[in-house]
Amino acid sequence: MNNFLLISLSDIGVIISLIVIFGGLLWLLIRSIKAKEVDRRIIFIFIFVAVAAPILFPITFQESATEVVKGVYDKIENLPAGSKILISFDFDPAMAPEVQPMANAISAHALEKGHKIIFMSLWATGQALLSQTLETVVLPQFPEKEEFVDYVNIGYKAGNEGVLNVIVADFRQMFPTDVNSVPLDSIPLFYNLKSCKDLDMIVSIGGGKPGPKEWVLFVGDPGNIPMGVGVAAVVAPQLYPYYPKQVVGILGGVKGAAEYESEFVKNYSKFENMDTPGLRMMGPQTLAHMVIMCFIIIGNVIFFRSRRKGGAK
Amino acid sequence: MKREIPLFITFFVGVLLIIAVFIPPIENIEKTFTLFFDIIAVFAFFLGGGNLIRVHVRKLGDRKQDWMYSLVTLGGFALMLYAGLFKIGNDGGIAASVTAEGSWFQEIFNYVINPLQSTMYSLLAFFVASASYRAFRAKNKEATILLIAAFIILLGRTPFGMMLTGWIPDSFSIFQIPNLAIWIMNSANLAGQRAIMIGIGLGVVSMSLRLILGVERTYLGEEGK
Amino acid sequence: MKKTAIIVTAVVMGLFILSWVLKANAVSATAESNYILRGFLVTIAAFLTLSVLSFLYKDNPFYKFAEHLFVGISAAFWMCLGFWSTIVGNLIPRISEGLSNAFKVPYIGGDWGNVLGIDIMNVVFIFPIIFGVMLIMRLSSNYGWISRWPLALIVGTTAGLNFVRYLQSDFIQQVSSTFVPLLGNNWTGFGDFLSNLSLDASGQLVLILANWVIFIGVFCGLIYFFFSKEHTGAFGKASRVGIWILMITFGASFGYTVMGRISLLVGRITFLFKDWLEIIS
Repeated sequence: MNNFLLISLSDIGVIISLIVIFGGLLWLLIRSIKAKEVDRRIIFIFIFVAVAAPILFPITFQESATEVVKGVYDKIENLPAGSKILISFDFDPAMAPEVQPMANAISAHALEKGHKIIFMSLWATGQALLSQTLETVVLPQFPEKEEFVDYVNIGYKAGNEGVLNVIVADFRQMFPTDVNSVPLDSIPLFYNLKSCKDLDMIVSIGGGKPGPKEWVLFVGDPGNIPMGVGVAAVVAPQLYPYYPKQVVGILGGVKGAAEYESEFVKNYSKFENMDTPGLRMMGPQTLAHMVIMCFIIIGNVIFFRSRRKGGAK
Repeated sequence: MKREIPLFITFFVGVLLIIAVFIPPIENIEKTFTLFFDIIAVFAFFLGGGNLIRVHVRKLGDRKQDWMYSLVTLGGFALMLYAGLFKIGNDGGIAASVTAEGSWFQEIFNYVINPLQSTMYSLLAFFVASASYRAFRAKNKEATILLIAAFIILLGRTPFGMMLTGWIPDSFSIFQIPNLAIWIMNSANLAGQRAIMIGIGLGVVSMSLRLILGVERTYLGEEGK
Repeated sequence: MKKTAIIVTAVVMGLFILSWVLKANAVSATAESNYILRGFLVTIAAFLTLSVLSFLYKDNPFYKFAEHLFVGISAAFWMCLGFWSTIVGNLIPRISEGLSNAFKVPYIGGDWGNVLGIDIMNVVFIFPIIFGVMLIMRLSSNYGWISRWPLALIVGTTAGLNFVRYLQSDFIQQVSSTFVPLLGNNWTGFGDFLSNLSLDASGQLVLILANWVIFIGVFCGLIYFFFSKEHTGAFGKASRVGIWILMITFGASFGYTVMGRISLLVGRITFLFKDWLEIIS
């Protein structure tokens, strides 16, 4: 494992916030051992401080991509320039903090490699969030890329797996035009593209239904098309059975996003100043995980103490 | 006839979609029926909207508890409908995307739907923390295994895991927490999830067959209605 | 209580206006022309975020306001996008050239030929409109039974699609993937295996162990779910192993769930500190 840790603790605020949080946990332990009631709102304050403090006083870590994330990265990296990749934004604002960083990093990587991207969505909210990726990543960072030649946004269609069942055989039946009513027949990117079977790769970013699972079932497997998935952490463990035969890789939650961003920025120094929200979120993530584990330990300490006392009686 | 025709429709469409996989020439008919499904799905959205209006207008009329909030719901509904159906603020006119940058629709999404939905789900972080303190107990062997696995994953998914066990030499590197977390995900988790997936897959297949053959009829509502 | 409510509301409104003014001022420094609107929108977003978070203290009118607003706006959001993407994008181009021109979408009727001068596609695609209207009849207590026809089409389509796909991807492929090489992919004999024996994460022993866990774990997990036979004897022991594998699975899911939920909170707090209060860059 090549992960190595680089903490920048130069900020006094970081030290103070760590002292406050772990001091508070010690207070919680003592109070719990004394069998005093702890209002759940105190627990809420703990979590809020554990997350807010590293945002205010950033703790930064370096990441390196694990094999399951590298599967997606290497596939995009090794495809010949000009390959056609479809990226589907199948998520809503509830999942966006985890998966939008992945979508942005994958879009940037694919465009930098000279691939052609088809953006679409199976969720109505996905189309609106897709617009954000276009506005914040594609347009400002790749001004030389031409719409309809290098990328196209075909938008959202209702119908869940019904949409997938149609586009695996014929795009134009389901998407006669792009999101701005431009006919697909007049879009250069679609000149030799009839169906999903003509794509070189599909990346589904999401976590609900319809989402990556439906893409694997209705498009990836029947069409034998290489698939990468980026999913919310809640759903990530459920997709491991598809790896590596049915999906080439899985980006799971903000850790997956951080690993992908780190790999991309490491290999493309041009983007070293790119906004990397995934990497930024690992600091609060780490501290919050510590606090949750302490809660579990404290809860179990009290449980075993009371069980022993009950046994002694 | 109120139940027989729907049962026939389910049977016909279900069988058509299954045999289309094996008989490519009827694929076009199958795709047409799927397009029908997609268009009818949108009418389901209209049904949802209509039901919302019905419920809240009734609440307003009856002056039930918290009836004032129904005004908020209906007001928000009307505003978004106006912004979306008439593409207010879209520079590109009727042909432009409804989610074009700067349109009222996209702005309401960015500044109302986005924060509301994100924050509602982020409340779960607090409740997970509260549950961790109050409920997660190693009461028996199985619960202990669950908690140990959770701990390894929680540590392994953060750099802290490497901090704790980075000193372990390479010949025993499986015991480094991040590596152990990856191994658990790729072996035990995969096995458990696969067993669940196979079970659910068989369940979906059997339920689909029951629906197509008309054995399962609960979607039609009560008998006699 | 009423006096408290009035005071709280007045304070919140005062803070709202203060935030609006300060935000507009901050945005105007970036030379954006719509700085008053932008200030208002960011303040609204922050207000709604804090209203929802106030539920953690206790249920209150601000939370109820935010909740009801979300319900109304979301319903209309999905309706509008469904209308423009599918009704205008897929239905209208197939039923009427006039309507297609009005909505400025390309007409794609005519591909199926004419009968007596009537476009076949135009006629065929009237059916989803009829079925859609029948679906909306569900709102009527007397004629709600009519909605069973389109519901039957939806159920039939879903059942037909899922039957083949779940069988192929979630059953056959998964069973096939379970038969992994139990001695690893690069087995070259016991001699090599013993001489290179180590607990290295990428070593042969660890990979072989993983394959054994997958193979045995899937079988034992499936045995656990087989409730038609009593879990006794060897069957019971295999079922017990299955439970342990499932407990590890659920533990992993819990770990990932915690990560997922925390990420959402990080996103919201980042918005409050960065976009609203501007105390971080």
